Amino acid sequence: MNQADLTDQDPIFRLKGNMLAVTVLELARNDLARLDRQLADKVAKAPSFFNDTPVLLGLEQLTAADAELDLGALLDICRRHGLLALGARASRPGDIQAADELGLPLLPSASGRERPVAEPQTPEPAEEPVEEAAPAEPPLQPTLVITRPVRGGQQIYARGGDLVVLSTVSPGAELLADGNIHVYGPLRGRVLAGASGNAEARIFCQQLTAELLSIAGRYKVAEDLRRSPQWGKPVHVSLSGDVLNITRL
Amino acid sequence: MAQIIVVTSGKGGVGKTTSSAAIGTGLALRGHKTVIVDFDVGLRNLDLIMGCERRVVYDFINVIHNEATLSQALIKDKRLDNLYVLAASQTRDKEALNKEGVARVIEELKKDFEYIICDSPAGIETGAHLAMYFADIAIVVTNPEVSSVRDSDRILGLLASKSQRAEKGEEPIKEHLLLTRYNPERVARGEMLSVDDVEEILSIGLLGVIPESQAVLKASNQGVPVILDDQSDAGQAYSDAVDRLLGKEVKHRFLEVQKKGLLQRLFGGRE
Ligand SMILES: Nc1ncnc2c1ncn2[C@@H]1O[C@H](COP(=O)(O)OP(=O)(O)OP(=O)(O)O)[C@@H](O)[C@H]1O
Ligand SMILES: [Mg+2]
Repeated sequence: MNQADLTDQDPIFRLKGNMLAVTVLELARNDLARLDRQLADKVAKAPSFFNDTPVLLGLEQLTAADAELDLGALLDICRRHGLLALGARASRPGDIQAADELGLPLLPSASGRERPVAEPQTPEPAEEPVEEAAPAEPPLQPTLVITRPVRGGQQIYARGGDLVVLSTVSPGAELLADGNIHVYGPLRGRVLAGASGNAEARIFCQQLTAELLSIAGRYKVAEDLRRSPQWGKPVHVSLSGDVLNITRL
Repeated sequence: MAQIIVVTSGKGGVGKTTSSAAIGTGLALRGHKTVIVDFDVGLRNLDLIMGCERRVVYDFINVIHNEATLSQALIKDKRLDNLYVLAASQTRDKEALNKEGVARVIEELKKDFEYIICDSPAGIETGAHLAMYFADIAIVVTNPEVSSVRDSDRILGLLASKSQRAEKGEEPIKEHLLLTRYNPERVARGEMLSVDDVEEILSIGLLGVIPESQAVLKASNQGVPVILDDQSDAGQAYSDAVDRLLGKEVKHRFLEVQKKGLLQRLFGGRE
């Protein structure tokens, strides 16, 4: 790079609108010991479930009745279980101040309330408007294609992308992907799509006999799945709101 | 080139040692110089089934720890002169096995034998891991019941990920299913999984189906591998399996409920 480039007036960055799907860890109460236990439980069931998963801390449910939150300790707990806090939403002044002190970005509340701390008013850029929020372009990872059977005790994770399995998935085997999961052999194991919180992820299979289906953390276990008329059938699974929809292919 | 065959299962008591003895003997009968190695340290059994328990002086562990040479420890079969046994130690524990030692002994055996059969202990611990680690071929012994099938599935996963071939990214271990203690009556009554069920769940090729048979107990009490009892159903089924292992196409037998009626005997079966 030469000197001339440094004085170049061409912008070297662009501001792009973006709609990221990110998991929110919403605290119902200030009980960190219990949170620690429950996260440990979840991780024990699906070891790489939280694999440096980015999360947003939802602290808005905390009320004045809750004790003051030790935000540092909460961040520690998250880190220990493989959750990376990107920022927080908070309503109690104490929590907002704590986030500021720890340098944790505060995001607007889900309800649309604005962050109630003083903020310099930056005018909207007049000339070039920020590029409009075209749907996010996630970095595209190549699809992971597995042609051999996935056996009990094995775990396959397609980080940042889709997973396609052309063979059988045995009981006790676990498939994870940040994107979609397709299984073309008999499916008897556990399947977790949208493992880092992507609620748009889907699961496709030729024979629904899974032990567990999960999209972005919402799951159904075999006991529930067996009651479904779709058990054993080719299906497509998607998430709408909080509900896993299982539809015949 | 020597072939290393592991006989493994995960679950205990499904017939690994019985099968190792039968298949090893069957290969020797067909002219291949074969050694059967007992990896079940602490619970040696193979020498009993092979009928050589009174001639064990040195064992596999002694060789691994340089307390004896391989030729001192190899026990020659009294019936076939191209068949040998390397017994396990009854006095040591599983920790006495180590990867370097096993690798050295296997390397040495490869110079002298066409087939090296490794009789694995149950479980997925050190002994079972080392028995499968160097294998070219795996015979997964499974009984027609859910827990045994699950354990076999688990073992297939380990074969595909924790073996030397897997770690080096070489061609995967060749996997064969050997269904043992098969009882067609109980399958017909729905008390056991059928051949088709097991094949479907494990999705690997079927090497053979060995029927549940009195002949197995009788043979092991006498210290004679059941394959040498060529009048018995189990002996014949093991013979067929060895032929298939060597690449022959042989029809599966003993899958149907025995037809015992007089009429059926007069007019023959369906085959
Ligand atoms: N086809 C058969 N019919 C009847 N009995 C059988 C058959 N195969 C094995 N057995 C019996 O089952 C028992 C266990 O067999 P064996 O010792 O070969 O199993 P194993 O898998 O080596 O056991 P372990 O896991 O303890 O090493 C023995 O009593 C044996 O006689
Ligand atoms: Mg045994």
